Order: sequence, then structure tokens, then C-alpha cells
Amino acid sequence: MTDVAEPLAVDGPPPAWAVAIDMAKRSVWLLPVLVIVSAAFWGMDGVLSSVYALGIVICNFLLAAWLLAIGGRIGPAVMGGFALIGFLLRLGLIFIAVMLVKDAAWVELVPLGITLVVTHLVLLFWEMRHVSSALAFPGLKPGPTPNPYLPTPDSSSTTPTA
Amino acid sequence: MSALTYLAEAAVDPKAQQNIAAASGAGIAYGLAAIGPALGIGYLVGQAVQAIARQPESAGQVQTTMFLGIAFTEALALIGFVVFILLKFV
Repeated sequence: MTDVAEPLAVDGPPPAWAVAIDMAKRSVWLLPVLVIVSAAFWGMDGVLSSVYALGIVICNFLLAAWLLAIGGRIGPAVMGGFALIGFLLRLGLIFIAVMLVKDAAWVELVPLGITLVVTHLVLLFWEMRHVSSALAFPGLKPGPTPNPYLPTPDSSSTTPTA
Repeated sequence: MSALTYLAEAAVDPKAQQNIAAASGAGIAYGLAAIGPALGIGYLVGQAVQAIARQPESAGQVQTTMFLGIAFTEALALIGFVVFILLKFV
């Protein structure tokens, strides 16, 4: 009996990476709301702190997805290990990222902390809604757009008509 | 010796007592807040690996939901971290 870990059977880009990219795109919609709320309560320093916190959250998601994607390519056990080590690593990186700027003149710690938690949760709930819709109604999930200029396996003519 | 001196001064200085209490509270809060998510992520990933081993064809769906689950669990640690910041520095 051999205990060689088989790569996970996933076609296309790693799912975790696709989810993280999706959340990063959605964060663009959150940015104006953050800027308005932070400017109203804490001024320019609050805006800068909120944007910094949003950057931390996005980097955190992308780093987590990247680690899981690498681990998933190697094997399930490695993916599990990367998930746990990644948790500690990312907590440490968030700690360092906040400690580096905590004494800076432009930092307001209250909006930074609130933004860290709120954007994390809002992006997750938003993405969860999208993922559960895609799982419940797979037909609604947008598929990859075919390139009309590339040859397809079942057609001999590759030139599109204008 | 310097630590003993600091403790002796802290015993009579209310400001130092407040600082010590804030630092201790912040450290305990962050430490406790990191334990729960670590257990949760360990359990979650273990179950996900088991699910993938049983049904390799559903690895994509399992990984997607696992990633979301990890991120949700991690939110607890983030809340603990924010409490740490607010207790220690605000």
C-alpha cells in the first residue's frame, strides 16, 4: 500500500484563488462607502486608516488563497498544513502591519480596527451569497466566455463572421 | 532587579496599575481569541480533506466552501485582535 498523495481533481483555476479574486473585485464597491463613513466621523486620517485596513483584508484573503492553492496542488495533507500554518502566519503579518503604523500621524486606530472586522465580514457574506446561489442554481453561474478567434475541437472553420 | 523595582512602583502608582491591567487584558484577550479559530480551522480543514478523499470529483466545491469557512472562522481572531488594539493603544 502506497501513501502517495494524489493532486486534487480540480479543473481550471484553484477555487480558493477564484473566490479571493472575486472578493478583491467586490471590495472596489465597498471603497466609496468606507471613504464617506470614515471621512464623516474621523476625517482624512480616518479615510487613510480605513483604506489601509481594507488593503490588509484583501492581502490577507489573497495570501490565504495562494497558500491553499499551492497546498492543494501538492496534496490534501499539505493543503491542511498550509491552512493551519497560514492562519498563524497571516495573524502575525496583520499584527506586524498594524504595529508598523500604529504611531504614524495619519493613523486612527478605531476606524482601522472597525474596518478590519466589518469589511472582512461584509465581503465574506457577499461572497457566500454568491457561492450559495451558484451551488443552488448552477445554470446561472457565468461560464468562461469562448474566444471566437480560437479553434474549437468540433468545428473546422475558425474564422468568425463579422 | 529592575522588574521588581517597576512592580514596587506600580503598586503605588494608579497609572502604572492601569497600564499593567490594560496590557494583561489585551494579551489575554488576543491569546484566547486565537485559540478558538485555530481549533475551528483545524476541524474544518480535517473534514474538508475527508470529504475530498471520499469524493475527489467534488474537490472544487469543497475547497470553495472550505475557504469561506476558514475566512469566517478567522474573523473571530480578527475581532480579538481589534479588541487587543483598542485595549492596548486607545
